[in-house]
Amino acid sequence: MLTVETFDTLAQAAGAMTPESRFLGGGTLIMRGVNYGDQSFQRIVRVRDRSLREIRSESGRIVIGAGATMADVMAASETSFLADVARQVGGPAVRNMATIGGNLFAPHPYGDFTTALLALDASVRLSDGSEQPIENFLSARSSMRGLVASVSVSRPMGDEFRFRKVSRVKPKGVSVMSIAVWLPRQGGRISQARIAFGAMGPTPLRAKAAEQALEGVNLDAQGIEQALSVATAGLSPMDDSLASAWYRNEVAPVHLRRVLLGEGNR
Amino acid sequence: MSSIEFRKDLFADERDDTLKEIGKPTIRQDILGHVTGRSPYFDDHLFEGLLHMRCVRSPHHHARIRSIDTSAADRMPGVRRVIRPEDVPNNLNTLLALINFGKDDEALLQGKKVAYVGEPIVAIIAETERQARDAAAVVRVDYEVLPHVLDVEEALEPNAPVVSETYPNNTFDYHELYDHQKLRFGDVEKGFAEADHIVEGRYQMSPIEQAPTETCGAIAAPETNDRFVCYTSTQALFFSLGTTAKLLDMPSSQLHFIGGTVGGGFGGKVDSLHEPLAVLGSKLTGAPVKYIFDRAEEMQVGAPRGAERWYIKDGVMNDGRIVARQFTGFFDCGAYTRLSSYAIIKGTGHLPGPYSIPNVASNVYCVYTNRTPATAMRGFGITGVDFSIECHMDKVAEAVGMNPIELRILNAYRDGDMKAHRRLAKNTALIECCQVAASKADWAISAQAAAQTSLQGGGGERAAIPETVTDQAGKIGERRRNKIPTAPGEGASAKGRVAAGTSVAPIIAVPPQRDDMIIDPARTGHRKSAAEQSPAVPSVHSAPIAPPRYTPPTPPTQAPMAPPPAAPVAQPQQQAAAVQPAAAEPYKPTEPFQKGIKRPGVSRFISGTRRR
Amino acid sequence: MAKTPVRFTLNGSETALFVDGGANLLDTLRRGVGDLSPKYGCGQGTCGTCTVLIDGEPHLSCLTLAETVEGRSIETTGGLSNGADLHPLQRVFMENFGAQCGYCTPGMLMAAKALLAKNPNPSREEVVEAISGNICRCTGYEPIIDAILATAGQMRGRVA
Repeated sequence: MLTVETFDTLAQAAGAMTPESRFLGGGTLIMRGVNYGDQSFQRIVRVRDRSLREIRSESGRIVIGAGATMADVMAASETSFLADVARQVGGPAVRNMATIGGNLFAPHPYGDFTTALLALDASVRLSDGSEQPIENFLSARSSMRGLVASVSVSRPMGDEFRFRKVSRVKPKGVSVMSIAVWLPRQGGRISQARIAFGAMGPTPLRAKAAEQALEGVNLDAQGIEQALSVATAGLSPMDDSLASAWYRNEVAPVHLRRVLLGEGNR
Repeated sequence: MSSIEFRKDLFADERDDTLKEIGKPTIRQDILGHVTGRSPYFDDHLFEGLLHMRCVRSPHHHARIRSIDTSAADRMPGVRRVIRPEDVPNNLNTLLALINFGKDDEALLQGKKVAYVGEPIVAIIAETERQARDAAAVVRVDYEVLPHVLDVEEALEPNAPVVSETYPNNTFDYHELYDHQKLRFGDVEKGFAEADHIVEGRYQMSPIEQAPTETCGAIAAPETNDRFVCYTSTQALFFSLGTTAKLLDMPSSQLHFIGGTVGGGFGGKVDSLHEPLAVLGSKLTGAPVKYIFDRAEEMQVGAPRGAERWYIKDGVMNDGRIVARQFTGFFDCGAYTRLSSYAIIKGTGHLPGPYSIPNVASNVYCVYTNRTPATAMRGFGITGVDFSIECHMDKVAEAVGMNPIELRILNAYRDGDMKAHRRLAKNTALIECCQVAASKADWAISAQAAAQTSLQGGGGERAAIPETVTDQAGKIGERRRNKIPTAPGEGASAKGRVAAGTSVAPIIAVPPQRDDMIIDPARTGHRKSAAEQSPAVPSVHSAPIAPPRYTPPTPPTQAPMAPPPAAPVAQPQQQAAAVQPAAAEPYKPTEPFQKGIKRPGVSRFISGTRRR
Repeated sequence: MAKTPVRFTLNGSETALFVDGGANLLDTLRRGVGDLSPKYGCGQGTCGTCTVLIDGEPHLSCLTLAETVEGRSIETTGGLSNGADLHPLQRVFMENFGAQCGYCTPGMLMAAKALLAKNPNPSREEVVEAISGNICRCTGYEPIIDAILATAGQMRGRVA
C-alpha cells in the first residue's frame, strides 16, 4: 500500500529515503508510476520547502532550484536563455508541473531540458551540499543516493547556445531526439564546443567525437563536415514506438547540421 | 460563409432540394452537455462502494498455460474476488455469433493457451484500483512458451505455429469450403495475355489504433429483481448485450444496458470485452464493479484496425485501359476473429475499386497471427485495399506514361456498369471527383478527360456479366498439407467455366421468414441473368476517350464443370437468376420474431428472453 | 487504510475530504467530491483531458497528488458557467462546433480559460500552443482554435 510522507526540509526528506521510496517533484513521472501500479516503490516522499523553486544568480552562475518548474524557467529573467528549451517540454499544464530536478531523472525518451543542461556543462548540487558535473551525475544517476537541491549553469554568450527538439507530432510531441550545442568561438573559430543528444541513449549523452571535430573550425558547411560524419559516435539510441535506433542514427547528422548552421524551421 | 460547392447536377433526379441543414452552422443537440461537463459518459455514474477490476494479462505472444496460482492475490488487502477462466459460465464466443457467422474461438478469460500479448487470464476485483493492480501483480501463471507467428504469409506455411485451435489452418473458413474468399469475374489469364503491360505491386498497411480519448470500459451494478445495470462505452449496445448474455449464460432480460454517450469510438468500441466481465464481477461480488482499460491497455490490448497486405497484378493496354486485375490479399486478424472475417467480405465486394475492369480475380485470406485481434475502424475492409489500389493506379500511369488522373477517368466505372460482384454500378461519380480534384489542385487534364461524365458511356456491353473462369484451389486444410500458391487460380488442378450472364444469390445466413424480408433486386442493384435483362441501351458515348469495352467470349464448347463459388456472395446457382435462395423448404416461424423462440440457425441469444 | 485530510476550494466552494495515500486529484474530484467534469484519458500526462486550473494555472489532475492541493483554489469546467448563464467560452464552443464527442472539451475549456486570463488577445499560434497538451480525436482542432479566438474577440468587445 502506498504511503506519502511530507517533510519541511530537503535534508529531512533525504534522510527518509529508502530503496522503496520515490521523491515527488512535479509528479509527472512519479504519479504516472502510481497510476500504473508501479510495484518498485511503496513510499512517496515530498517536501513543503518552497525555496526549492528559486532561480537566482550566484557568483556569476545561474542557480535553478530542483523544484523550479519549466514554467518558472520560462518566467525568470535569469534563465531567459533556457526559456525556449523549457517551452518545448510538454504543453502548458505539464510545464506548470514538471520540475528541473525531475527532468534530470526522466527516462528515455524524455529529458530534453537535461540535454540542454548537459551541453551547458551544468553542475548538480545535492542535498548534502556536494556538487558534481552533470555528466558524472547522469552516468551514475540510477544508483544515486541523496536528493538534488539545484543545478547551476553559466549564461552562454550571444548565439553560442542552440537547442532543437525533433518530434513527429506538431506542435508538441515526444522527442525522436533533442540536440543542444554550446559553441564558444574565438576569432570566428569554434573552441571547446559541447554537443549533447537527448533520446539517443539511456540518458542524454555528449557527442564527443563531433565536439573534437569542431575544434578550431569555422561554423560553416565545410567546417562542420567532419563533425557530422562522426555525429553518432558514442551514442546508443534504442528502438521505441517513435523511431527505431537505425532511424535515429540516420537522421542525427541531418538534424545536427541544421542546428549548427541554423537551418530550417523548428 | 461556406467554401463548399454544391454539384447540383449530380444525382439531380434523386435530390430532395428541401434539405436545408448542410452548408450552414448548426448547434449539435448534445453539445450543451459537452461544454458544461455534464454529458454522462459511462464512468460518470457514481456508485457507493464501487469496486475496481484489473486483469492479469499474457506477457507472451503465444504460450500454453500450465497453471494459474491466485492464492497470494486472494490474500491481498482489499481484494473481494478473483475471477478465473473456469468462473465464466460459457467461456467461448465469437462476436459475429450473434449473426451466425464463424465459430466461437475466443475466451473471455483464457485458461488454456494465450495467443497474443495482453490476452486476459485472470480478473481481480478490489476496493481500489491500486489494490486490484497490486493483487494482479502477485498472480503467478506458469507458461510453456510456444513458437509464435507474426506475419500473415508466414502463418500460411505448412509448418507455421497454430494460433487458434478453432481454425487450425490459421485461416478463417469461408463458406465451409475455402481458406479464403474468392472473387472471379471473367478470365484474368486471358486479359493478361492480351495486355501490352503487366504491372505488379505489393502494398502493406500497418495496424491502426483508433485511440479514442475515453478508453473502453463499463460499470455494472446489481439492480432490483435480479437484474444488472451496465453503463458502457460501447458503440454497439445490443452487440454487447447479446455477447454478455451468451458468455454469462443468462437471459438478456436480466441485463439493463445503458450507453449512448461515447468519448470517441471510431469503430474501436464494438468488441464487448468489458461488459461481460463487469457484469460477471458484479454478479460474483453483489457490488458495483468498474472495468476500464488504462491508456497502455487501450493501445496494446484494445483491438486496432488490422494490418493488410495486398498484391495487385494488372494487365494494361498501351492506351491505359486496364483489361485484367488480380488481387491477393491478406488481412491480419490477429489471434481471434472478431470482425475481420466480415471485413473481407466487405472488401471483396469493393474490388476492383471504382473502376470498370472486364476481368477480375481475387483471393483474400483472413489470417490468424499471434498479434492483437483486429476489429472495426472507420471503413475497415475498404481502407487498406483502396490505399493499395490507388497507389497501384499511379504505378500503372507511370508504366504507360499517362496522366494519373486521366488514367482514372479512362478506367472509372460509370452508371450502369457491371461490377465484379455482379451488381450494377449506380450513382457513380468518380469521374466528377477526379475532375474537381484536378481543378482544385491545378492539375492539368485533357479537354477530353474534362468532358467525360459518369452518366454516359456506361451500361450496354459494360453491363454484361462475362463468362467466368473458376477454380477450386485452396480448400480448407489443403495448405496445411502442402505449400500451395496464394494467388487466384494458381495451383488449381482444374478450372471451370461459368456461362456468361450467370448471376448469384445474395448471401443470407437464414432463409427469409416472411415475404417482405426478401431482398428486392431492384433496390439493391442486384442483377438477374442477361437473358432476363431489359435490352441493353446502346451507348451514346462518343468522346475520344473511349471507356473500356468488353466483348464476352464465346461460350465454351464442352460442358462446364460444376462451378465453385465465384463471387463474394454465396454459391452461384447453376440455373442462375436465383434471387430467392434455393432453400428447399424455407423456414416459417409460427411465432413473431421478437418472442425469442429458438429457431434453427438463429442464435438463441439474439433477442428477447431465452426460454430454457 | 490510512487516509489524509485535504482542504481546498473547488469552483469557489470550500471543500474538505479524506484521501487515500497516493490518490490523485482527478479521482478525488470525480469520486470523492462528485465533480465529474474532468475526465480520465491516459493517467500519464499526454492527453490533457483531466486539465483543471490550480490557482488559475492549468494542471493535469491525474498527475497531481491530491494532498498537494491543500489550501489551493481549483477550477473545473463543472464551475465554468454561472448557473444557467454560460461562460462565453462555452457559448462560442457550441456555436463553432468546438466539440464532437465532447470528451476532451472540459480540458480544452480549462486550457483556453487559462490562456485568455493571461492573454486576452492571443494570436492563432498562441492558441495552438495553449492547447498543445490537449488531444482531440474528433474535430481536427480547427473549430476549437476558431472558438477560442472568437471568444477572445467577444470578451474584448464586452470589456471595451
